[in-house]
Amino acid sequence: MKHWIAFWSILAKDMRSYYLKPPNISWGLVFPLAWTAMFFIKSGSGLESIQTVLPGVMAVSVLFGTTSMLAVTVTFEKKGRSFERLLLAPIPLELLMLAKTAGAILFGMANAFVPVLMAAFIVDLSNVNWLALLPAVFLIAVSSTFLGLFVAVSVSEVFEAQTFSNFFRFPMIFLCGLFFPIEKLPIFLRPLSYVLPLTYGADMLHGAIRGAATMPYALSLAALAAFCAALFAISLRNIRRRWIA
Amino acid sequence: MGHENEIAIAAAGLAKRFGEVTAVASVTFDVREGELFGFLGPNGAGKTTTINMLTGLARLDTGTIRIAGIDCSRDPKAAQHLMGVVPDESNLYPELSGFENLCFCGALYGMRRRERETRARELLESFGLSEAADRKFAGYSKGMKRKLTIAAGIIHRPPILFLDEPTTGIDVASARQIRQLIADLNAAGTTILLTTHYIEEAERLCWRIAFIVEGRIIRTDSVADLMRETQGRHVVEFGVSSDANALCAVIRETFPALECGMVTSTALRVESHEPVRIGPLVRLIEDHGEEVSEARKIRPSLEDVFVHVTGIEARLMKQEREKMGKGGGA
Repeated sequence: MKHWIAFWSILAKDMRSYYLKPPNISWGLVFPLAWTAMFFIKSGSGLESIQTVLPGVMAVSVLFGTTSMLAVTVTFEKKGRSFERLLLAPIPLELLMLAKTAGAILFGMANAFVPVLMAAFIVDLSNVNWLALLPAVFLIAVSSTFLGLFVAVSVSEVFEAQTFSNFFRFPMIFLCGLFFPIEKLPIFLRPLSYVLPLTYGADMLHGAIRGAATMPYALSLAALAAFCAALFAISLRNIRRRWIA
Repeated sequence: MGHENEIAIAAAGLAKRFGEVTAVASVTFDVREGELFGFLGPNGAGKTTTINMLTGLARLDTGTIRIAGIDCSRDPKAAQHLMGVVPDESNLYPELSGFENLCFCGALYGMRRRERETRARELLESFGLSEAADRKFAGYSKGMKRKLTIAAGIIHRPPILFLDEPTTGIDVASARQIRQLIADLNAAGTTILLTTHYIEEAERLCWRIAFIVEGRIIRTDSVADLMRETQGRHVVEFGVSSDANALCAVIRETFPALECGMVTSTALRVESHEPVRIGPLVRLIEDHGEEVSEARKIRPSLEDVFVHVTGIEARLMKQEREKMGKGGGA
């Protein structure tokens, strides 16, 4: 019970201090809108292509929402030494880091549904497979958050966190089949796509929203879960090695 | 925790290297339950690294740690619920108010909402911070920040408290208040391990002191026993116009029974087991073309014992004190 009091307090503090701040909320709205507008302008297509663009916009919103916030907040707290307070608390490191990442996961999931809400006013979403979409959004949020954690643990300065995040994020936009099918990538880049977690999440979203999955859902779910477990385990190991040196 | 005089903290053979640098070479000591134990040494002596190892913020290379009988050598989290830690820099959350910071810290130790709110108000009151309770921590003065950081360290009523340089860099009045708070906490039964490089602070507060230099404990003893060594010592300090070092050489040559050392470039210290006669020394200094601005007898202090035991010159410690901030000195 005592551990869960600590868990909820860390989550509540982070939500209040970082994720529910007005600039972040507005950023969560502006970001998907900007991406959607960019693709409409680029493709010159009409509203009928919203369902084609929606999976990519959702995935990008989650990816950027989670990695930006977590990588920066953890690095910021580490630099200001307030993170030491958490390390001194009598709670297992695994639970502590889950509490620390839970805010980013929730923020990422909320970001994913902003474009869905907007799209619901314009197009018919009655054919969406919500049973596939919800776990996909959740696992994209978790894997992206843990990617942010991996970045945060690998750097010591806030600006490094941003730079290092972009090293992963921008290639993922183009390599993970969000807006361009993986089959259209040069053949030498395709293997790279399959070692990135977002590929599996985006594929599930394409399947759930417009029935265009290229891999079985079970495979995508398993791959995403494996990425989540691996990224979390590597991050914990790095925390133990670098921060409790 | 057990009975009185039981060991609250037992550290044996602690060692820690960071790459090629040996931060702690070999540290062994015990702190008894209810004791206020001082770790005294210059910057870089290994005090903070030792505290980090004891509290679980750093891994041990070798050695064993037992906190209240619990072996923490392999599992540093095992006794964290029994510890309060006040680091050398205030590390609370700048965006939270004083009250929110204390409540959050209480929650980290599993305190329920009503319990932590009551305790937070009680601590804010006793630390004289009630009026600033709703202000953001970022806006606090240095002294207020230190006080709130100490309050955060004891929000969960830990039986063992680690205080790392609690008065460094703050003004004299705040430092005095904090020393009183530390004494009160100890009087209420909290076992305290205090690190400091303020010798007077250690002398005033601690029951026993360990001198730590270059990662090794040179000596551990009670303040009374350490001070006993100064009995029968006679010390006179001279202020001179310049070149105290050269004058020391002259004094040692002329009066071989006297020990002479430079305090600063314009101050020197003469020590002897016999009463020091000031007149001949003043004449000697003046014969060498220097003026004596001051000559005063000094009551030997713990600083003299420290200098004697560790071989570290007093001026080095003084320089550090000046560098770290004018206020905190005792």
